[in-house]
Amino acid sequence: MSARAVTEATFEQEVLKNDKPVIVDFWAEWCGPCRAVSPILDQIATEHADKIDIVKLNVDEHPNLAMKYQITAIPAFKVFKGGEVVQSFVGAKPKPALEADLAAYIA
Amino acid sequence: MRDIIIIGSGPAGFTAAIYAARAQLKPLLIASSVEIGGELMNTTEVENYPGFPEGIMGPDLMTNFQQQAERFGTEVVYDDVVELELDGPVKRVKLGNGETHEAAAVIYATGSAYRKLGLPEEEVLSGHGLSWCATCDGFFFRQKTIAVVGGGDSAMEEATFLTRFADKVYVIHRRDSLKASKIMQQRAFDNDKIEFIWNAEIAAIHGTDAVTGVTLRDTVNGDERGLDLDGLFVAIGNDPRTHLVHGKLDLTAEGTIAVDGRSSRTSVPGVFAAGDVIDPSYRQAITAAGSGAAAALDAEHYLAALDAGDDEEAAPVAAPELAGVAAE
Repeated sequence: MSARAVTEATFEQEVLKNDKPVIVDFWAEWCGPCRAVSPILDQIATEHADKIDIVKLNVDEHPNLAMKYQITAIPAFKVFKGGEVVQSFVGAKPKPALEADLAAYIA
Repeated sequence: MRDIIIIGSGPAGFTAAIYAARAQLKPLLIASSVEIGGELMNTTEVENYPGFPEGIMGPDLMTNFQQQAERFGTEVVYDDVVELELDGPVKRVKLGNGETHEAAAVIYATGSAYRKLGLPEEEVLSGHGLSWCATCDGFFFRQKTIAVVGGGDSAMEEATFLTRFADKVYVIHRRDSLKASKIMQQRAFDNDKIEFIWNAEIAAIHGTDAVTGVTLRDTVNGDERGLDLDGLFVAIGNDPRTHLVHGKLDLTAEGTIAVDGRSSRTSVPGVFAAGDVIDPSYRQAITAAGSGAAAALDAEHYLAALDAGDDEEAAPVAAPELAGVAAE
């Protein structure tokens, strides 16, 4: 299962009210590093589908959410748990580095 | 064991792959996991790559490179090299996923990495108003006041690009003149939103959660002053990416991989280097591509000599009168 897209309309249901921890990938079409890291996130989403959800939010299409979560660089990742942001990190990283960042949720 | 492994996926790596693949060497190209396509992936319009009279977007150009390399049988792997074994006739390339690939020859074309300012607050504020990628992050600075540090082509390109979003873009440069090409300079000078701050360097970046400003230090008299900013983009140059070959290949005083004259031959037989990682002077997409072609031809010659069982002849003689022409 690859990371699915969320929108302003589905954000509350899919992210804030999700029972599992959710990693939101803030990305855009024009961001090269975002496109590079995308397949790695799909892999992590597939491998840990029982523990976490990974979703993608297009900042071009949903600038209000990008602003609300104070995104100033992409790709940006925020981990939501019980509707709250519990962890944030930015930048495209190799899979082992991303797994290390997410260790608390996927280990 | 393969004939050849190419490490790097910028213009040098993919050009080497096109040549090696057309020579039927079935190259394996290690493209990295998140930096596929190299530096051009973070640029916008490329206007100086020959063959594209209207210009071409950097990412599109790199997609073309890759398609051309794959058309002739290049195999591309999206992973990072973690360890290299270069001595001896069998070269071993270990990847992040644990796999090890073996080849008779290696072309090393890892390019260069963004140079950092070297300030302690850099790590914390990176991604929070401090950026190395205008095309990625400029979008978030609509109607803001930001600065670009640097005086080269990439600093001018970033500053000009950022005026699409920001109300005001300062260019902070440590000298009183620019190293950038004339056309890029003129574009920046003509832009009303850009203001130059000459003879200044960043002494400190302010902000705890996000960048709020910087301390500028005058490079002539040492005077310091504050400047309020919402964002800071760093474009102060690149350093060759050689960490995987330290102690394995000879380096030059500039930190690039040392090669024999105009060739791509490193200090280890069967290991060739190309692109920004050997180039302290030019560092253009086209010079990197040319260098990648040279590396593939050198490697092809080396492999042919190996097949002929004639190791001594593996190295063609470079034109000695031109050796070192790139060293300033």
